[in-house]
Amino acid sequence: MHGFNRRRTWSAVVVCLFVVSLLALVLPRNAFAEPNGPPSALNPASSASAAIADLHNLVLVIAVAVFVVVEGLILTAAVRFRRRPKDDSEPAQVHGNTRLEIAWTIAPALIVGALFVLTLRAQREIDASAFSAQPGAPITVEVVGHQWWWEFQYPDLGVATGGQRIVTAGQLVIPVGRVINLKITSADVIHSFWVPELGGKTDAMKGIVNTTWLRADRPGDFYGQCAELCGVSHANMRFVVTAVSEDEFAAWARGQAQAAAEPTEAAAQAGRQVFLTAGCAGCHTINGVPQANGQTGPNLTHVTSRPYIAGGTLANTPFNLSRWLADPPTLKPGSLMPNLNLSTADIDSLVAYLQTLK
Amino acid sequence: MATVPGTLASPAPRRYTGLMEWLTTVDHKKIGLLYIWTSFFFFLVGGVLALFIRLELAQPGLQVMSTQAYNEFFTMHGTTMIFLFVVPIFAGFGNYVIPLMVGARDMAFPRLNAFSYWMALSGGIVLYSSFLFPLGASGAGWTGYTPLSTSVFSKGEGTTVWILGLLLVGTSSLAGAINFIVTIMNMRAPGMTMARIPLFAWGIMATSIMVLFSTPVLTGALIMLLTDRLGLTAIFAAASNIDPRLWQHMFWFYSHPAVYIMILPAMGIISEVLPVFSRKPIFGYMAIAYSSVAIAVMGFLVWAHHMFTTGIAPQLKAFFMIATMAIAVPTGVKIFNWIATLWGGRLNFKTPLLFAFGFLTMFVIGGISGIFQAIVPIDTQVHDSYYVVAHLHYVLFGGSVFGIFAGLYYWMPKMTGWMLHEGWGKLHFWLMLIGFNLTFFPMHLLGLLGMPRRIADYNPNFGWTRYNDLATVGAFLIAASVLTFLINLYVSSERKVKAGNDPWQGNTLEWATSSPPPDYNFEVIPAVHSERPVRDMRMAARGQ
Repeated sequence: MHGFNRRRTWSAVVVCLFVVSLLALVLPRNAFAEPNGPPSALNPASSASAAIADLHNLVLVIAVAVFVVVEGLILTAAVRFRRRPKDDSEPAQVHGNTRLEIAWTIAPALIVGALFVLTLRAQREIDASAFSAQPGAPITVEVVGHQWWWEFQYPDLGVATGGQRIVTAGQLVIPVGRVINLKITSADVIHSFWVPELGGKTDAMKGIVNTTWLRADRPGDFYGQCAELCGVSHANMRFVVTAVSEDEFAAWARGQAQAAAEPTEAAAQAGRQVFLTAGCAGCHTINGVPQANGQTGPNLTHVTSRPYIAGGTLANTPFNLSRWLADPPTLKPGSLMPNLNLSTADIDSLVAYLQTLK
Repeated sequence: MATVPGTLASPAPRRYTGLMEWLTTVDHKKIGLLYIWTSFFFFLVGGVLALFIRLELAQPGLQVMSTQAYNEFFTMHGTTMIFLFVVPIFAGFGNYVIPLMVGARDMAFPRLNAFSYWMALSGGIVLYSSFLFPLGASGAGWTGYTPLSTSVFSKGEGTTVWILGLLLVGTSSLAGAINFIVTIMNMRAPGMTMARIPLFAWGIMATSIMVLFSTPVLTGALIMLLTDRLGLTAIFAAASNIDPRLWQHMFWFYSHPAVYIMILPAMGIISEVLPVFSRKPIFGYMAIAYSSVAIAVMGFLVWAHHMFTTGIAPQLKAFFMIATMAIAVPTGVKIFNWIATLWGGRLNFKTPLLFAFGFLTMFVIGGISGIFQAIVPIDTQVHDSYYVVAHLHYVLFGGSVFGIFAGLYYWMPKMTGWMLHEGWGKLHFWLMLIGFNLTFFPMHLLGLLGMPRRIADYNPNFGWTRYNDLATVGAFLIAASVLTFLINLYVSSERKVKAGNDPWQGNTLEWATSSPPPDYNFEVIPAVHSERPVRDMRMAARGQ
């Protein structure tokens, strides 16, 4: 009776194992592709990330097969060869079996060889997909990682088309279907540029420009985040890639290439004055305001067009903006932007001014 | 003093008792115990740090600590578990067991051995003293990537003290490695050929060779970083002309082999425990021994698989990918040989065997998830995400730590003279197995869902919270299992059920002497005729 129960326990373990491995197969298809869900690597929005997700799922099938065979053998051994009570006999003393050992040396080698070939094929597919089905010329974007925010510059647009330099922060706007050539570097420590739905990561290092490309095959907001430990606010270095239609993109680029409009309302005009006198201009550039040409912080020419502030952690609302201006290091620990001890009135007028920078 | 011509005049060494005995000992068994309990203490400390990390991550937002404290905690958690727990506890097992196993009276260099231990302890004390400095401990991660770890971006003394601590620990393991190699090569009992040394000794041998060749490179990198931080050089400065990946190359040239340094001795323990508790010889002795050596050699050719996203040349990526995958071959050989050892045996499910099964089942998962990361395109997604955290814990916890507990339950009776309680041992095992999987399995999903590692806070809208909650619950189950082990130690030390020389029907020479063994280990060094000398003795005694 005792032995029977034990056998049942072990069978239950084996069944659980199979269920878990089946779950592992099923999960990616459903849980990983919720609309508006997490930035899942298995919910691809580009040919490159789709090729990676396909490769992952293929390897997963092989892995689950290996898992079930190996774990099955281990658990079978545990059940079948457990010592029965009062059995003190010594089993047959087998020291080895050359043929078997050669077989299980070759088997993993073959699997590894197959995976290597599959990987090379997937890599070729990824590389080739950059050149397929392009509706327009590639756009170059220079990505600069800063402690702790992402800067995106569009050298092909703006100045090249007779306007201002287009420089954004926390949001990379791209047209759907077009290849974006990224030139990735850092202003300080190592960061890593990662948008799981659009592809793998690329490290940002000062003194090196790493090139890669991305393309969104459907419109939407794709969330990204710095993936390399970069200091106290590593967790607060987020951004979003917004993929829009060609028309929307062209309209956006036209808007971004314009200099900032002069404020007309009194509160905003006062805010502009605070901006120039309180020290903001030393770190921030506003195209069209000659005294505001600082390079340390984000370019603010069209700050209100962006969805987030503070390293992508806060929605860009007037309320959040005033919270941020009141005490940046509390909202983003280690923030290079200090608490300037601005008065409430100054903050209000600054917010009013920044709201005009659309 | 009058001396008889032809004799030596050295006075007998003074013998101490009590605390002084432990402070001055050069006996490999006492040094082994010092290593084991010191490392175990640091395991508890590192575990507490992990609990704080899990508490912080249970909910988005910052509830428990600042982001700076969080960075310090995971930096010290990783540093502690690797350099102050897994590496030195295997030095402890090696110290206690290797001389007994090979039939020697002590390690080859007993004083150097004591030096190694005290350097390791000093390293631990120095590392933890970094919390006392005004700006706290290092928050640059156990990987200490430059330029984040330079004085410009990691202010204060924390990272400098971290370097000093690691230099001490590195010196300790270097001296220990030399000691193990010389002991195993030169001090074996008569008849113990290289094809008869216990597989744990093969594991320690392969590990020591890796330590010998890799540690100096880390030491060099650490000294370069130290002189940078002291303002004497600017090798790793963000603006220097040197490739910013230099540190990563040097760091991983040590730290990837370190993964094998932390797993080969555990594999050695498994190779001892499985034959004893299935009452069969190890299946394919030479294949297991050679695969350890193969892993030790190949372990030096894979370091840049940690750098697939840094922009290294595609040819290098292809090389490091295939080299990494190739390690699956000797690892697979071991796994299959272990299964074949169990096959047809009489498996006696005492706690050491349970933990050995824990090792087998969990390490396989860590090995499989490692293949995903070897594949470059997949790695660009999972690298530096929670997937990596899951993988490394399946290898280092599922592998090394389950192996360590298998070793503790297996050899504690030899070390203390009394048996550990089986009931508490089994409870410990099941709690740890369940807690472990609850903690680390969801992290695979978190990584695929885009959660980077080493973040103190995360977006509440991404559905990451539920998996983090599971992990936090699991972490406290692991803590409960460790508590169960401590209770077991207490209960068993009160019961003092005598172990006798050979409670498990062992194979290797440590079971041929008393528990605990006398200072001189063996009255007469036994002669060895096979890789299972103690079984030979048992059979001879029965007249078979």
